[in-house]
This record gives sequence, C-alpha cells and structure tokens, in this order.
Amino acid sequence: MRKDGNDMAKLTFKTDLCKGCGLCVAACPKNLLILSKDKINQKGHAPVEITDQEACIGCAFCATMCPDCIITVEK
Amino acid sequence: MIVFDKPKSLTDAPLHYCPGCTHGIIHRLVAEAIDELNIEGKTIGVAPVGCAVMAYDYFACDMVEAAHGRAPAVATGIKRSDPSKIVFTYQGDGDLASIGMAETIHSATRNENITVIFVNNAIYGMTGGQMAPTSLPGQVTQTSPYGRDTNHCGFPVKVCEMLSQLEGPEYLERVAVNNVKNIKKAKAAIKKAFENQVNGKGFSLIEVVSTCPTNWGMTPNDALKWVDENMIPYYPLGVYKDRSNKEDK
Repeated sequence: MRKDGNDMAKLTFKTDLCKGCGLCVAACPKNLLILSKDKINQKGHAPVEITDQEACIGCAFCATMCPDCIITVEK
Repeated sequence: MIVFDKPKSLTDAPLHYCPGCTHGIIHRLVAEAIDELNIEGKTIGVAPVGCAVMAYDYFACDMVEAAHGRAPAVATGIKRSDPSKIVFTYQGDGDLASIGMAETIHSATRNENITVIFVNNAIYGMTGGQMAPTSLPGQVTQTSPYGRDTNHCGFPVKVCEMLSQLEGPEYLERVAVNNVKNIKKAKAAIKKAFENQVNGKGFSLIEVVSTCPTNWGMTPNDALKWVDENMIPYYPLGVYKDRSNKEDK
C-alpha cells in the first residue's frame, strides 16, 4: 500500500532483452524511467531502470510502448 | 495481480529487430488478438520477405514462409484447403505494396476470408533503406538521396484508399503505433480483423503506419514524432471500408 492509499504497482524488467531504445522512458507520465548510466546488459545496451518504484501508478504505458515485451506490470 | 505481460501467442525468442522498431509492438498486438479470441491452436500465419521474415520464430502458432509478396496467395491456398483454420499474413510495404501488389488486389477483390496485417514504414528496411512504393514525396532514402522526386519516381501508393474502391473487401482500416492511444486503437482494429475471419465475413486488411529508426536515420523517439508530423498527414488514419457497418444501418 502506498502513502496515498493506492495499491502499489510493481514493474519487472527482463533486463537482458532490453535494447535501450527509450520508448518507455518517453511514454512514462511520471518520468520515472531512465536508461541505466552505469550498467550494460548482455546485448551491450544500457537497460531501462525505474528510479522510484513507489511513485509508479501502474498505468502500463511503458509496457504498451515496449517493442520487446520486457516489462511486466503488477498492481 | 498482473496488469500487463507478454501474450502467450508470442514465443520467448528475443526479437532481432533494431532498437525501437515498432514491429515488436505490432507482433504483440497480433498475439494479443489471437490470445483474446482463443484461436492460437487453429491459427496459421504467413510470414513475408522483409524485416519480419523471421516472424515464424516469434509467433507460437503455426507459420509458413511465403516467397516475396506472395503471402496472400499462400494464405488463400491454406484457407481454401482447410477453411476451419484462421489464416493471417504479416507483410511490410516492400512486400505487399510492391512485388505483391497483384496478390493483394486479387485476394481483396475475391473477398478471400483471410486477415492481412500490412506494416507501412515507407522504406525497404531489411535491404538497407531503399525507396519503397510508400516512401513520401521528398523523403530521403538510399536510392533517393535528394528526396523522392515525384516527377521521376511517381507518387506513393495509398493501399487502403485504393482497395476501398473495390467491392470485394470486408474491412480496411489504417492505424498507427506511434503513441499509447493509437496503439489501443490499433489493437481494437487488429482484433476486429481476426473476428471478421472467425465469423466468415471475408478479407480484412489493417495498415499499420510504422517506423524504421535505423534507415530513417533517427532515434526511436524522433521516429515516432516523424510519424506524427509527416506520415499520418499523408496517410490519414481511419476506417476505409467496413461492410458490417453498412449492413447494420
């Protein structure tokens, strides 16, 4: 449960399949997603990360835009 | 509770598409439609020649690989030999609007009971970014480095508008996948195209305005903006033909 009383949303990333295209980053209405600044995945891309899991509203816009289906949204 | 996950009709194989290519989104929408109609076990897909040539690795249903442009002809054969199967083709603009134009028009005018997913990104993606029949006037490609000159190369083919002149086809709609709202609309259109086939109504073609960040020479997000500013004004979205609506009226 979040502070504002809503259920917490949880994002899970299949990080090794991320191609770092950034479509999810631009789609997030809360600007919570970034491309990692210090990690590189198996494919050699900077994978997506969430900066503040608690602020996520679970709208699934990121997962809708992701061409590689790497985001699972739970609520 | 899971709100969003990969549809069951997609396999776990990692997609080979370039970063930010909207093929992945369109694959997912097709798979979601198959899942929601619960027809995976009896669906046969026909893959094209082009970037989506390896779609048979990604869809969990049975797949056939057709020669360049011949997917509607192969789909016709499959559907006529076993009408209980749900048959769809997944084709790009170089495949459907160029070498496969004859197959497309004739399967449409026969009102063949198949579903065609037409991915229009205005360029030949797999072969390295040559000018396609759907490239916009003035668009810079490998084979039109000064922009597409319509005096020399003619004008783009507008597939939905052209097919809507025929009496045959049941359902023609143009959608885009450049933002969340358009993706939801695209999903509804693709699902309807499959439903039409399940209900035996006939030829449904969904044209999906798509991107090619690599060959357009843009970042994935800039490519989505380019779709909004250049592609959609030239290829207006909407339903071009829907016989079921007319009958309702």
